[in-house]
Amino acid sequence: MTVFLIYKAILCVLIFAVSLGVAAYATWWERKFAALLQDRKGPNRAGPLGLFQPLADGGKMFMKEEIIPNVSNKFLFILGPSLFLFLSFLTGVLIPWGKDFTYDGHALALQLTDINVGLLYILGVTSIAVYGIIIGGWASNNKYSLLGAVRASSQMISYEIAMGISIIALVITAGGTLSFREILDTQDAGLANICYQPLGFLIFFICALAETNRAPFDLAECETELVGGYHTEYSAFKLGAFMFGEYINMFVSSAIMAGLYFGGYNFPFAKEFYHMIGLEDGSAWISLIGAGVYLIKTFIFISVFMWIRWTLPRFRYDQLMNLGWRVLIPLSLLNLAITVLVEIFIRGTIQL
Amino acid sequence: MLGYTITQWLFGILSFLAIMFALMVVFTRNPINSVLYLVLTFFCIAGHYLLLNAQFLAVVHIVVYAGAIMVLFLFVIMLMNLNQDTEPQKTVISKVVAAIAGGLLLFVMVGALRGSEQLQIKQYGHSDIGLVKNLGNVLFHDFLFPFEIASVLLLAAMVGAIMIGKKEIK
Repeated sequence: MTVFLIYKAILCVLIFAVSLGVAAYATWWERKFAALLQDRKGPNRAGPLGLFQPLADGGKMFMKEEIIPNVSNKFLFILGPSLFLFLSFLTGVLIPWGKDFTYDGHALALQLTDINVGLLYILGVTSIAVYGIIIGGWASNNKYSLLGAVRASSQMISYEIAMGISIIALVITAGGTLSFREILDTQDAGLANICYQPLGFLIFFICALAETNRAPFDLAECETELVGGYHTEYSAFKLGAFMFGEYINMFVSSAIMAGLYFGGYNFPFAKEFYHMIGLEDGSAWISLIGAGVYLIKTFIFISVFMWIRWTLPRFRYDQLMNLGWRVLIPLSLLNLAITVLVEIFIRGTIQL
Repeated sequence: MLGYTITQWLFGILSFLAIMFALMVVFTRNPINSVLYLVLTFFCIAGHYLLLNAQFLAVVHIVVYAGAIMVLFLFVIMLMNLNQDTEPQKTVISKVVAAIAGGLLLFVMVGALRGSEQLQIKQYGHSDIGLVKNLGNVLFHDFLFPFEIASVLLLAAMVGAIMIGKKEIK
């Protein structure tokens, strides 16, 4: 019991630190990547390759003067960004980073907790994640902020539906489990879920872009129309909390996609590879290699997020709503119907 | 701890919070704060579901009530920009009538609950009934027909809402 508790405490701190580190360095990578796409150099002054840039940015955020508008609701104004940052961490607890390993006779999982309604929990957290934006936008008492907040909330509600339906199709393919860990384990033996759910993945990916408020869906902070959107009135680290939360959201949703559709810590010929380099089941090295593979997949997804941001122009608001309601929801229903038919008549995993 | 188990402590704390937040919904002047307190109340109730081992219900409660319905509520209230100045003041007579009606409702509820401590609580099924698998079995085997009827009802409501929301009928 003590080993278990100490291990979980260490893991908790570790995952927190990794999320923060990845989020900080995602800002650096975003700027480098944008520079690459636009044929310039990007940040290159602070440290080698500009590697200390996130530290400098963070320091700047902390040092700046904090302005709280007189007419705002002070408590809610501070609550907004705090809640946004807090909720962005919450989904991270579910992600299984590697296989179980044994230490001193205890089986330990590289995952904080595995609840049997895991995927629903993810939907739940994403559905309440919008509160930070709404509360912050409203408490600013500024019309631009309010409009940004309203846009964010309607956008999130619209895209959650298609996301939920594509998750249902995934759950049916994965043999009817809602646990994140079990979905990863089904991909260990067979093919990754992307092979069975290509359309579902596409829908999930678009919805993830919309849910994380990334371009081309960043109408909530559309600077050509709304100044800064919901964070117009924010300065110093409260603005930083919103930006940081966005990057953590991006990291976590990339990890979820890499896990649900691309096998997470599994990779082709994993068993043969582990056997070849002489590792036994339950070795901590297997967990570590798995975690590394998972992180690489996650980074690829983060880069795709950035690639899209620096390539595609922003949607108009009616286009965004049309895409959500008239294209993605019917497509996800179609995907669900096809999935069920395939499971019944071709793969035969569902008995009538 | 003081002769109570952890579950009983959790139950006590959650109940206290739920009732407190529910009262705050009524007593706060600002409608936005009311809605936010209502969201907190929903979270406490979801905690009660978890204590009853009904994880599915707890998560769905959060997704549907806190995540969708209350967001729409906030949405509407923010756009209407309600505050103390624009809210119409009630007359004394309507306050008196409301107090009497509320008191009578309390009277009826106390009367209905009288003697309930002697009733036997019949447990349906087993304590794992709230898990997704068991709940699915119950809904789609034992109570399939009522479940489908309820879904038709929801569909009708949805179509009706869209019809009302339409600007003009072609």
